[in-house]
Amino acid sequence: MLSVKGLKANVGEKEILQGLDLEVGPGEVHAIMGPNGSGKSTFAHVLSGREGYEVTDGSVTFDGADLLELEPEERARIGLFLAFQYPVELPGVNNTYFLKAALNAIRKSRGEEELDAVSFMRLMKERLKILHLDDSLLKRPVNFGFSGGEKKRNEIFQMAMLEPKLAILDETDSGLDIDALRIVADGVNALRSPERSMLVVTHYQRLLDYIQPDYVHVLAKGRIIRSGGKELALELEEKGYGWIVGEEAA
Amino acid sequence: MSATPEDAVREAGQYDDLVKSEYEHGFVTEIESDTLPPGLDEDVIRAISQRKGEPEFMLEWRLSAYRKWLEMPTPKWASVHYPPIDFQSISYFSAPKKKEGPKSLDEVDPLLLETYEKLGIPIEEQKALAGVAVDAVFDSVSVATTFREKLAEVGVIFCSISEAMQEHPELIKKYIGSVVPATDNFYAGLNSAVFTDGTFVYVPKNTRCPMELSTYFRINTANTGQFERTLIVADEGSYVSYLEGCTAPQRDENQLHAAVVELIALDDAEIKYSTVQNWYPGDEEGRGGIYNFVTKRGDCRGARSKISWTQVETGSAITWKYPSCILRGDDSVGEFYSVAVTKGRQQADTGTKMIHLGKRTSSTIVSKGISAQHGQQSYRGLVRIAGKAEGARNHTQCDSLLIGDKCAANTFPYIEVKNPSAKMEHEATTSKISDDQLFYCRSRGLSEEDAVSMIVNGFCKEVFNELPMEFAVEAQKLLSISLEGAVG
Ligand SMILES: Nc1ncnc2c1ncn2[C@@H]1O[C@H](COP(=O)(O)OP(=O)(O)OP(=O)(O)O)[C@@H](O)[C@H]1O
Ligand SMILES: [Mg+2]
Repeated sequence: MLSVKGLKANVGEKEILQGLDLEVGPGEVHAIMGPNGSGKSTFAHVLSGREGYEVTDGSVTFDGADLLELEPEERARIGLFLAFQYPVELPGVNNTYFLKAALNAIRKSRGEEELDAVSFMRLMKERLKILHLDDSLLKRPVNFGFSGGEKKRNEIFQMAMLEPKLAILDETDSGLDIDALRIVADGVNALRSPERSMLVVTHYQRLLDYIQPDYVHVLAKGRIIRSGGKELALELEEKGYGWIVGEEAA
Repeated sequence: MSATPEDAVREAGQYDDLVKSEYEHGFVTEIESDTLPPGLDEDVIRAISQRKGEPEFMLEWRLSAYRKWLEMPTPKWASVHYPPIDFQSISYFSAPKKKEGPKSLDEVDPLLLETYEKLGIPIEEQKALAGVAVDAVFDSVSVATTFREKLAEVGVIFCSISEAMQEHPELIKKYIGSVVPATDNFYAGLNSAVFTDGTFVYVPKNTRCPMELSTYFRINTANTGQFERTLIVADEGSYVSYLEGCTAPQRDENQLHAAVVELIALDDAEIKYSTVQNWYPGDEEGRGGIYNFVTKRGDCRGARSKISWTQVETGSAITWKYPSCILRGDDSVGEFYSVAVTKGRQQADTGTKMIHLGKRTSSTIVSKGISAQHGQQSYRGLVRIAGKAEGARNHTQCDSLLIGDKCAANTFPYIEVKNPSAKMEHEATTSKISDDQLFYCRSRGLSEEDAVSMIVNGFCKEVFNELPMEFAVEAQKLLSISLEGAVG
């Protein structure tokens, strides 16, 4: 599904990703943890094609495609989705309209028929129900004036609508209250399927109590320095990162 | 401006890729034209008036306008730059050759109809669509007028202004030049002297015009400046909505357009005037575009009357226009909703004037400016509250959206308040489409162009809401087309 090999990337002069390796199989949920500034968001952005990062070495294949060759929208159209750590506001752009345009752009690129307003509304209702969300946010401009938690929920809702093959959730849990965390985690679980892989970036074990990952990785100084099962997260929760980062340095 | 020659070369290279949306309607229809040789003097004016079969008073009016125009200086204060126009090199009359006006579409030159097809405004469809009557102006002469009869049933007059001069001289005599006098400004003066066609609308007392009235303009014959004159009179208690849309073929020389639009609303009458304008803006260097110097003014002459201007401007090399309202009647209302786009080397100097004379008059101004590439845009808004305008109010909102960092938008609000009871509100914002916004949209599968047009349409929503349905859709399309490749 996703295969990252020796990925190195710079921002300006600074090398942020320093030889990152990661394999994600279909249907797998991988958690990525790691200290602040270690390169988790950078990794997510490089995967989704954000400008401003220079890939200097390594390769990324996704579903057989050379991901790094594609434009961001092309990556989205072949099934990549990034739930932003900081979702962006689009004043004046209606949320429903935005989602419909996005979904239809994706469908069109796959040679599928575009959804008309009625079928789209039907799909939207169904997905809202799965996620236990109400439709109050859909009438407003995209993320505009949303609270932090509302923005995160909106990201999950977009994921539910766009049905990606690989979803990258960048700290979707931070800034959520207990109830919202539940809603988001339940939503993610509802969207788990054998065809859908997830890369969950988080700082907290709490989220992983709800979303049980198949694998946990520690990203530090731009590399995956430790991988394990879900018990690794518990160990990190207890001991922090110092011991692994220390071991690595030794 | 480029700091060094190297910078200039690099920029030029960059912009080559960016300016890709060639003018869609760039083609020239070959139709024989009955054209006066270029040049302007009193004999030319006499020839125009004679060819139009005008009453004597019109010739006198034109000649007096011409004599005054000769004395007038060209306006210098607009912050636009253009080479001096040689008024002697322009041909002032051009009509498709036809002995008599056509009674139906069958009589219309098939080449003309083809032109409309290319423009995507098949008249056949227009007729069926939402009861819109199209008075299609090809160059300077009306070639097809529809729905005349239906309008006649309720007494609405909708015809070319030449016909009106022959058939309704009393109305013309009473109202023409009563809002925009020949001495008003340089271009209005020129227009008064030489205008060859345009539209006349009269809505009788207590009548609601049963359909949107619509005129499509199109400049064709090479070297023909276009001098349209539109006069709309809404008598007491009446209502009319008028739509104006423009496209022009691609060509090499700059083309002058100096139209005059006069609106008159009597007691309790309402006029809604909407424009979607898409003239050829010129190539990347601004060569070959239309120069658009237009005088549009509405006179809320009666008590409780209302005039709304809504405009979406995406074309022209140079636009210079200020649709204005004179709020003469007590409790009258003036509105101005505008979207203007400038890209490439386009320059626009637009805005509005709201002149409050009557008591409790109110005005609303919503201006949305979008600049991309090297587009230059100035908004000038004048709100004047006269001493007698007790309890007048104005709300002005002026928003600019910049795409890229080579473009500019300026706002010049002028406010003159002579009555202390006036309530004035002014809001202005400038924003940019951020890389973050574009990336966010693209990461959801939208192309960069769709992302831009979505954000821009969101920005313009308040204005689009004021347009009649079918026009709003057209306006959105136009905006998307005109911003294609404008991101960098
Ligand atoms: N545009 C940029 N310019 C300069 N430095 C940058 C830029 N983007 C990221 N960085 C730096 O790269 C490093 C990695 O940042 P990144 O956002 O990927 O970390 P993170 O692991 O997501 O951290 P957090 O847990 O705090 O979200 C940081 O030191 C950050 O300051
Ligand atoms: Mg981060």
